[in-house]
This record gives sequence, structure tokens and C-alpha cells, in this order.
Amino acid sequence: MSVAPVEIERPETGESPFAVTEPDVPWVTLVHNDPVNLMSYVTYVFQAYFGYSKDKARKLMLDVHHKGRATVSSGSREEMERDVQAMHGYGLWATLSQDR
Amino acid sequence: MSGHFEPLAGGGAAIALDEIEISILRNLTVQLLELIGPDDGPADAEEDPLARLFAEGPSEPPADPALARLFPDAYGTPGAEQDEQARAYAAEFRRYTENDLRARKRDDGLAVVRSLDGLSPADGPGGGAAVLRLSPEGSRQWLGTLNDLRLTIAARLEIADEDEGDALFRLPDDDPRKPMVMAYLWLGGLQETLIETLGPR
Repeated sequence: MSVAPVEIERPETGESPFAVTEPDVPWVTLVHNDPVNLMSYVTYVFQAYFGYSKDKARKLMLDVHHKGRATVSSGSREEMERDVQAMHGYGLWATLSQDR
Repeated sequence: MSGHFEPLAGGGAAIALDEIEISILRNLTVQLLELIGPDDGPADAEEDPLARLFAEGPSEPPADPALARLFPDAYGTPGAEQDEQARAYAAEFRRYTENDLRARKRDDGLAVVRSLDGLSPADGPGGGAAVLRLSPEGSRQWLGTLNDLRLTIAARLEIADEDEGDALFRLPDDDPRKPMVMAYLWLGGLQETLIETLGPR
């Protein structure tokens, strides 16, 4: 993966994105680009952990590569913490945030 | 150093390694294990086994850049300033996950060292080479450790984007970073061929 992480794309609202945690707003797991992880490895991780098809895993990998990051899963905060922990276990650079 | 992993019938992978390759892999993995650190549960763990189970990990990111990359913050946008809430969430997440993550990376690295120690290159065919055979679980452990090694070396070489990476790969032979760059590229090749053995996906 080759492109440095992009700037925040979220519009500035002047308030913290984490200030209010609305229970009905889903959380997402984001995987960020880095110059080290192999494209084949990132694709493998998306298939092995999430059970995604090769096509879907590859498309997400290319999104990470070209756009700097990709949303790889969504759900409750607890579920996303589990996914982020798994991504860290694989050595991918992942964070979770509330999708709004 | 042109060895590469090949798939084994029935799962797993194999690679021929010579004595120098075994030595390099072992040294790098031992350094990685030293970086990750020992299983340092609470001091009174022997008195109370339950204490270890409920031991909390650190709440601050590691100061070492390589460790910070292996154990990144779970909240906040990379490269941007964390707000107070993200910092608090990241600290809480780290307290409850980092010890477990370190333990898994340590287990994988130890498995790699043990598999290398099980080789006898002097007795192998082809003069000084030995064939390493990995089970599917062994392949998974090797894959994780090869990736952790590359992340660690990249942090030491300060590879922050692809352009810097490209420049490093054209270093003159007398540059002190050259051996580490060669190791980085070699490990990348090993990892790539190991992924290929994981079958059609």
C-alpha cells in the first residue's frame, strides 16, 4: 500500500465527533493505508477475517490503497471494537468511529 | 536469498532455507520478541492467578515508533490530533486489549523461533540447506510474524510513504541502512509467496 493517510474528510462542525454517542447511529471499522502492508496481505486479511469474497476483499483493499482508508465493517460499538482488535492482530492500521 | 514458500499437499507450506537465512530470520524474530517484551503480568501473579486474568494493560500508546505501529490507537484519525473523547476511548480500549495482543504476537514469534530451531541445515539435502514444513496453523503464525517484522523494520527505516520506500531501495551499497533494506525486501518476498500458498481464494 503506498499512499499516505488522507486528511480528515468529515466536515468540521465545531463539535467533537465523539461528544454525543447516539445509540441508533452505527459504528464503523476503518482500515487506513500504510506503505508496508502488501496488497495481497490486506486482501487475504479481509477474506480470512470477515469472510468476504475475493472480489469484495480486493475492492476494499484498493479503496484503502487509493482513497487512504475504507470502511470494512459496521455494527455496534462493541462489534467494531472486536473487529479493530482483530485488524491490529493482523498488523493492519484500523480505527473505529461513529458513522455520521 | 531466493527461497520461496510452496504449498504442501493437504495444507501448509514448505520452504528451503540455508544456514544464513535461518540465522537472519531467527535473529530478527528474537529482536521482535525482545521489543514486544515478556509476559509481564502483575508482580503478585503467582500468589493470585486470577490477578493476571484481570490485569489491565497500559493506557498510553508506546513511545517506540515500531511498537506504536504494532499497537496503534483504536480511536481517532491517524495523523490528526485526537480530541479528548477519542483519547479517552483509545486509552480504555488499550487497557483491555493490548496485553492480549502482545501475548498473541509473542506466541506467533515464539512458534517461528521454535520451528527454525527444529531445522538441521547441516544434515539437509543440497549442502547446508534445510526444508521447513509448516502446518496451516504454522503458516498463519509465520504470516503474522513476517508482517510484524516488516512493520518493525519499516518503522526503524522510517518508511512513511511509498516514495521514501522507493528511495531506500536505491541506496548505494555502502549505506549503513542497506542490510536492513535488503532484509525488508527479502521478508516481503517470503510473505508474498507464503500468502500465495494459502490457496485459491
